[in-house]
Amino acid sequence: MRAVSSEAPTRDGALPVPRSAVLDNGLKVLIEEAHTAPLVSVWCWYRVGSKDESPGLTGASHWVEHMNFKGTAGIPAEEFKELIDRFGGFWNGYTWIDQTTYVETATKDALDQMLFMEAERMDRCLYDAEACESERTVIISELQGGENDPDQLLDIEVTATAFKAHAYRHPTIGWIGDLRAMSRDELYGHYRRHYTPANATLVIVGDVDADDALRQAERRFGAIAAGTEPPRGRTSEPEQTGERRLEIVRAGTTGYLKVAYHAPAATDPDFAPMLVLDAALTGAKGLNLWASFRGPAPQRRARLYRALVDGGHAAAVSGAFVATTHPFLFMVSATARDGTPLDVLRDATLTELDDVRANSLRDTEVERAKRQLRARLVLENDSITNIGHQIGFFETVAGAGVLQALPGRIAAVGPDDVARVAARYLRASNRTAGWFQPA
Amino acid sequence: MTTTPAPGLAPVRERLANGVTLLVKETRAQPAVTISATMSAGSVCDPPGAEGLAHLLSRLLDRGAGTRTAEEVADILDLRGVSPLISVTRHATIVTCDCLAEDVETVLETVCDMLRAPRCSEQEIDTRRGQLLTQLRQDEDTPSTRALEAVMMLLYGEDHPYGRRPKGSAATVEGIDRRQLLDFHAAWFAPDRLTLVLVGDIGVSVAVAAVTRVCGEWASLGTPTPALPPPPAQTRRRLVIPMPAKAQADIVYGFTTILRSDPAFHAYWIMNNVLGQYGIGGRVGRSIRERQGMAYYAGSMFEAGHIAGPLLVRAGVNADNVDRAIAAIDTEVAGMARDGVTDEELTSAKQYLVGSIPRSLETNEGIARFLQTTEQFDLGLDYDRRLPGLVQSVTADAVTEAARRTLVTEHAAIVIAGPYEES
Repeated sequence: MRAVSSEAPTRDGALPVPRSAVLDNGLKVLIEEAHTAPLVSVWCWYRVGSKDESPGLTGASHWVEHMNFKGTAGIPAEEFKELIDRFGGFWNGYTWIDQTTYVETATKDALDQMLFMEAERMDRCLYDAEACESERTVIISELQGGENDPDQLLDIEVTATAFKAHAYRHPTIGWIGDLRAMSRDELYGHYRRHYTPANATLVIVGDVDADDALRQAERRFGAIAAGTEPPRGRTSEPEQTGERRLEIVRAGTTGYLKVAYHAPAATDPDFAPMLVLDAALTGAKGLNLWASFRGPAPQRRARLYRALVDGGHAAAVSGAFVATTHPFLFMVSATARDGTPLDVLRDATLTELDDVRANSLRDTEVERAKRQLRARLVLENDSITNIGHQIGFFETVAGAGVLQALPGRIAAVGPDDVARVAARYLRASNRTAGWFQPA
Repeated sequence: MTTTPAPGLAPVRERLANGVTLLVKETRAQPAVTISATMSAGSVCDPPGAEGLAHLLSRLLDRGAGTRTAEEVADILDLRGVSPLISVTRHATIVTCDCLAEDVETVLETVCDMLRAPRCSEQEIDTRRGQLLTQLRQDEDTPSTRALEAVMMLLYGEDHPYGRRPKGSAATVEGIDRRQLLDFHAAWFAPDRLTLVLVGDIGVSVAVAAVTRVCGEWASLGTPTPALPPPPAQTRRRLVIPMPAKAQADIVYGFTTILRSDPAFHAYWIMNNVLGQYGIGGRVGRSIRERQGMAYYAGSMFEAGHIAGPLLVRAGVNADNVDRAIAAIDTEVAGMARDGVTDEELTSAKQYLVGSIPRSLETNEGIARFLQTTEQFDLGLDYDRRLPGLVQSVTADAVTEAARRTLVTEHAAIVIAGPYEES
């Protein structure tokens, strides 16, 4: 082992400070003891997402994620998806723009089985040609299921319009032409380039002894060859020079609007003020992608909710601002209330956003947003699965220590900081507005 | 060697003089509390012709209550980062929220106010009606929702409370007025129909005192739950909902099953796990997704209830694969009814269901959901401790019998919604 944090970590506030070690092959292992239930959660993270895909290979990271459930040299395909079920466990995986990750949560006696699975997945997946073909149609089905939802369709188009250079422009699931054309060998090559110990982080949270869990991890992963640093795209997004607008006209019943602004990355000093701005505009979601689907944000007093929903223009409004490796988007989404023309909703939304840019927020709005975020940071870490996600997610997209620093960064945000980021990012020339007009 | 039996959840249950049922489970993992309130007033209580009433009322609960205006309620909740999740099932209106322990009394008082005395101002009715109408329009454009609602109509009949659209239609929602909302509330929202569950960083005596303080004065009697007719006899039916602009078709293939109180419940639970859940969608998922690569999702769900609830097999497939997918479901359903489950499948399903219990009881929210179920179906305060034994005692013959009783392809109701036309 190359490096191990010297002391048992000390906890400051609600967020975990895991034990940290790096194996000789470069695999970082983060372990958090939590003895509240006889359970353990394992997350294995890779610094590969759709931003790491070349033209022609869009969707490769996500497809690779699917293939990595289809059997390994040591685990037959038909058994892979059932190993954890035998322990009453939950398993899953997801891919997004910066990361691919796999999770298992089960009774603690399953820990070695989980580590075995993840080590197999890192190094010995099969990529059987027939399985690749079968999964091609599964993924196209996933894409078409998403297209059934006008909101998802609009999200893809707005994102693709907001970015013209950076690889964040293409959807994580990929473009349909690439999905039809990609070969087994191209998929396997993507897997081999990115699934190396030095490009991964293993997170273990739960009813374990940290020293013992680290020994088990080293036994399962220690022999995997280090590999080389995968290539990284170097294209950054040039500054946007004018507002972009797009319209989708399709059969449907409901109008949707999305307004996206280029926004700071997780490590940018503007990230915390931007979080507060988003919370004040649309309600605080917290910072946990994995837990954020459970319920709506507290937003009844949020600026855009009052203007658009209480104002009778929208049936729903939400905001999305997530920690990312490179500057991504702050996206406001609104569903037109039945009978409200989209241009009325669009004008009301842009008027409110322009007003916030010009006049910022009241101090009470900033304070409420900060207090919401403080509560959400506690509430979103209520299970070992959620804690494991947060440890690995921030390590992967932003680096060590970023998660733990966030409460302090948020607490330090003042009204002037929010005014500054509102003025900087909510410019018309920095935004893309798109709408779905039902035909 | 001696072992100490696992103590289990061991929640404390109290019944207030006015009939409110309170369940409390203290946990100390986080400085947070989950408040879960179930009022036995769901869409089955909607009067004929006013379908959607329970849903519209649920959207008004937190828009002004008791002495507080909508803005004052919003101030209290938003400032504390609390966002109540309010849902309506066929039998209940459910309010769930997580809050910091330091805020629990204030939030509890607000939740109780919402249930006891929603203001239902005309202005709020107008705004929330608009939201519900938009939701109905979105549902009309969502193949999976269309297919689910239609299969319930086929299984239970369009006049049965389970067969009607739970959110109503544009016409019924447009027709609901304030008087009907208040009458509905007066009839169905009563302390003797309320179960409150508090789980988290709160002592039992503190919780009991708080609930007594905020709910103890509420005195009224609810209307007895209406008796629902059982589902009608089933024959094989098939309905296509053409949605040509969509990219993919959703298939729902359903049966009616049993009451939650049926002694065969745990055999059905295992049967459903083998058929459509274990691994990635059980036998159905292995066939449609893993072997044939036809669908991103394929599996089944089972819900036993106050009347015989549904078992629904579901898949989303390309329109070209609809017939092949239905044939695959027929094969799996008929195979299980004919041959039952293998010993290996039975063992695996039991391991999964028993092993998943600690995980389902890990969070405050999970415990609250479990306790609400035990209370709604009178399963007993020790149900979490008895549950592993109940699952382990199920025999292969019992699962086979459940399959033979229910998985009769000639009784299946099948709905296809999407870019598909009957050939």
